[in-house]
Amino acid sequence: MSDVTADAGPSGPLLAADGTPLKKKLAQTTRQAKIRALLLTAPLVVFLLAGFVFPIGQMLWRSIHNPAFSDVLPNLAVALKTWDGGGVPGEDIFEIAVADLKQSREDRSIGRAATRVNYELPGSRSLFTSTARKVNKIDGPPYKEKLIELDKDWDDPVLWSILKRVSNDYTASFYLSAVDRKYDVNGNIVSEAEVQQIYVKLFMRTFWMSALITFLCFLLAFPVSYLLSVLPLRTSNLLMILVLLPFWTSLLVRTTAWIAMLQSEGVVNDILVTTGLVGDENRAQLIYNQTGTIIAMTHILLPFMILPLYSVMKTIPPSYMRAARSLGANSLTAFRRVYFPQTVPGIAAGTLLVFILSIGFYITPALVGGQDGQMISNLIAFHMQSSLNWSLAAALGGILLASVLILYWLYNKLVGVDNLKFG
Amino acid sequence: MKLGLKTIIAAAVAASFGGAAMADGSLTAVSWGGAYTKSQVEAYHKPFTAKTGINVVSEDYNGGIAEVKAQVEAGNVTWDIIDVELSDAVRGCDEGIFEPIDPAILPPAPDGTPATEDFLPGTLVECGVATIVWSTIFAYDKSKLPEGPTSLADFFDLEKFPGKRGLRKTPKANLEMALIADGVAPGEVYELLGTPEGIDRAFAKLDTIKDEVVWWEAGAQPPQLLADGEVVMTTAYNGRIFNAVAAEGKPFEIVWDGQVWDLDLWAIPKGAPNMDNAIEFLKFSTDTQRLADQAKWIAYGPARKSSAPLVGKYNDGKIDMGPQMPTSPDNLKTAIQNDFEFWADNQDQLNERFNAWLAG
Repeated sequence: MSDVTADAGPSGPLLAADGTPLKKKLAQTTRQAKIRALLLTAPLVVFLLAGFVFPIGQMLWRSIHNPAFSDVLPNLAVALKTWDGGGVPGEDIFEIAVADLKQSREDRSIGRAATRVNYELPGSRSLFTSTARKVNKIDGPPYKEKLIELDKDWDDPVLWSILKRVSNDYTASFYLSAVDRKYDVNGNIVSEAEVQQIYVKLFMRTFWMSALITFLCFLLAFPVSYLLSVLPLRTSNLLMILVLLPFWTSLLVRTTAWIAMLQSEGVVNDILVTTGLVGDENRAQLIYNQTGTIIAMTHILLPFMILPLYSVMKTIPPSYMRAARSLGANSLTAFRRVYFPQTVPGIAAGTLLVFILSIGFYITPALVGGQDGQMISNLIAFHMQSSLNWSLAAALGGILLASVLILYWLYNKLVGVDNLKFG
Repeated sequence: MKLGLKTIIAAAVAASFGGAAMADGSLTAVSWGGAYTKSQVEAYHKPFTAKTGINVVSEDYNGGIAEVKAQVEAGNVTWDIIDVELSDAVRGCDEGIFEPIDPAILPPAPDGTPATEDFLPGTLVECGVATIVWSTIFAYDKSKLPEGPTSLADFFDLEKFPGKRGLRKTPKANLEMALIADGVAPGEVYELLGTPEGIDRAFAKLDTIKDEVVWWEAGAQPPQLLADGEVVMTTAYNGRIFNAVAAEGKPFEIVWDGQVWDLDLWAIPKGAPNMDNAIEFLKFSTDTQRLADQAKWIAYGPARKSSAPLVGKYNDGKIDMGPQMPTSPDNLKTAIQNDFEFWADNQDQLNERFNAWLAG
């Protein structure tokens, strides 16, 4: 009974100036304030949804959902789902198959279904396209006999077991391909033939190269950032411009500049030859391989390490080091125990930036990578642009995304994201 | 919603500009760039514009149907007519990316023979009209190798001819050439490639030169690689090498042994913005005279029988074009035709293996 504001007292509820109960009025105004705040963030939320969540979601969706077969041959797909599998189906399913093939011929869409089946059963593409060209010759039963007469491959139980599998729009086969695995005829997961294996190797290479590039960036960036933070303003500004100028230059220009520097008739090799360090016959192969990719990427990503490091080092008062020295530490101990631990937030931010950027790098390895400097992003681009296997590209992208998230989680456990300082 | 809005805007734009654009207008013709595009500009585009007033905008690409597929699927087609390889013409047709073309609309030969009989067998497909026969050959620089290679086996012989080799960065044509170099008769190449042993054998042969290979992608690269001395011999499109010799006086020599010939066709993408102009252009550029004219500019054989007698000399009036064609009898002795069906069936798997092999 003491709570008069909350409930109706003997004299009725407390009222606001316009006569509404105070409690209701309060709720109203807080809600309005909340909506206003939400509206302010709305552009960002919409942008994130449209530019980030939606495309990534669509990509992940595409990697497990490929309706090419059921789009083109819808009735056959339905019929195959209820078929019990094993051997070659009977006349009824063949009749549906012939009708669907005729329709696909009219729509000129058979290629999509054929491509889908060809992923699972290489070499089967022309069975569909050539049958579709001739299928109008079949004008009545027995459909099974006539279709097999057109091409005896229709009598193959392996084909039909795979057709049953692709009649399902949802599939894990693209993820399996992306880790060099596949379904065998019986639906068991087996390894690809050794000569066809590539993706696992490339994922490993991508992570290994990214780690190496991150480490090289750290080695180079640490002294530069230190200099930047301790030099007098005039000199450090000049040095800063030297860091920022390449940072502002186009990625493509910097990559091409490295080609001019490192190619076999390039600047570096010419200097080596003129100084007599290397004979004219054995000019070093510095580009179009892994070495070239690592050099160019380290250079391109260096500012992403220098800038966070610099911003952290700038905040470390020089008096700390002096205090450590005066308390008896030698310069190494002072650096190790006092200075270095304070730079960790900058190192953490820099390594995270550089590592994640280099995992997804595409242009530089494509231009200077040659054969052994290619990274997984180059194969994703290949499947997007040349082979047109967008589902496989999406699956590769999905794996890349998942592994970055896992690494980020691990990193958070080890370093703690709260400790990051980007500047 | 998005699509609806786009359609409305497109309709509004079309309504306001449509009348004027249709009357003279333009079209975008997409081709392979360099000397080849130049031959088309001289033989097709310029006379077409002179005759109809329709401006032809020329764009370059590196082959494949990926870009046009993306345009068609996104509903945003900017190309009107595309020069494609046979396998891509067939694949794009199967996937509904290209418009079917009725051969009856094509002009007959001067003597009245209908187009369907005048075109060489296999050069008219459902969605494509062939213009030329071209070939993948290999070439070398005669000034550097006076006693040059004479066969594909020599191309793979690093002991006899040390130095870098140029190859196109695709399994297509490379596997065929590797088998021929390994002693397989041209007629049996695709039969053998249909078996796992055949593919292993082809890759094993490529393995023998892998470390010495410089990979090219655009047709204009191989003559450049030869001229720069980056490679001692390279596979190339025969017309590109011919042009480097004829127009720029380069000392290159073509070896026809084991050439892999193919067709280039015009295809019209579904939903091309200037469809009518594209069809007019297609009819114009594939008549007897135009096809023969193109051979004045580049060494690719015309796809019409009636064009062959009209093929004379190169545009400088000196070089006789007949022996320079992939279809000349002397050059055809050990030739094979690219088997588009084999590649349509196996390219996904072979590309995968080729990539794995390259990265290994």
